[in-house]
Amino acid sequence: MEIPYTVEVRPDTGLTNGKIAIWLFLASEVMLFGALFASYILIRAGATSWPRGDSILNVPLATFNTIVLITSSITMVMAWASLMRGRFGTYRMYMGATIVLGFVFLVVKYFEYSHKLHHGLFPSTNNFLAIYFTLTGLHMLHVLGGMAVNAYLLGPGSKLWKTNPVWFTNRVENSGLFWHFVDLVWIFLFPTLYLL
Amino acid sequence: MTSDHAADMTSHSAADIDRHVRVYIIVFVALMALTIVTVAISYLDLPPAMAITVALFVATVKGSLVACYFMHLLSEKKLIYAVLVITLVMFVPLIALPAFTHGNSFGIFE
Repeated sequence: MEIPYTVEVRPDTGLTNGKIAIWLFLASEVMLFGALFASYILIRAGATSWPRGDSILNVPLATFNTIVLITSSITMVMAWASLMRGRFGTYRMYMGATIVLGFVFLVVKYFEYSHKLHHGLFPSTNNFLAIYFTLTGLHMLHVLGGMAVNAYLLGPGSKLWKTNPVWFTNRVENSGLFWHFVDLVWIFLFPTLYLL
Repeated sequence: MTSDHAADMTSHSAADIDRHVRVYIIVFVALMALTIVTVAISYLDLPPAMAITVALFVATVKGSLVACYFMHLLSEKKLIYAVLVITLVMFVPLIALPAFTHGNSFGIFE
């Protein structure tokens, strides 16, 4: 069955169905992360003592990861802009860079996690580490999910560019919206967990 | 038909996209600068309430830049704004209620 309004916008909404769908999904994601941030506030405010994030976590590594994720956001938006200019080769370069930067983020996170675990710092050790692993773990899964979709749009999914470039560009835009949301979540996670 | 679409897509918006790209680069530089500011502030040893307020303010500015420019929220359709307003109506109490319930633990009301 063909999905309606993937290329032309719906007359009543002025949007493609994919665009509405991704924003509704992001709205649900706001509530998902919101619930965890609310839990963080309750747990932290209710604690008799709370460690500063930088006394346990590696701030330079997290700062590096913040720079990586912000850079991946601009490469993502440049990938979309390249398609809007009709430059498929440039798109491939930027989308490839976005995926590589996502991978770098995950590698840095792997080193962070393994350092904690080797030093006996588990989610069960205390509430700070419990919320740290929960929030960053969920965020990491989102990075992984975004990378999988982007890899599809760089690989087999890019065949659509030849047959229906507008639809393909819309798909890349929607994938980009998710990727920027993942960046946005990290922008709040970084100071909340590492610096306060 | 589809190549016509592509031609239309590129010719129609090439100048706009060039302008967008310049804005993206400016926003990227601003985000990098604000990341440095965020880390620098943490070394100032501000009182907890002040540190939280400043850190979240900078994060909100950064988040707004990403949402407004990279996610094109500045020029979206009304339906998207409606979805986000409903989300905000749910999100703000979700965060505010626990914060104000235990607000004094952060030293906010001292």
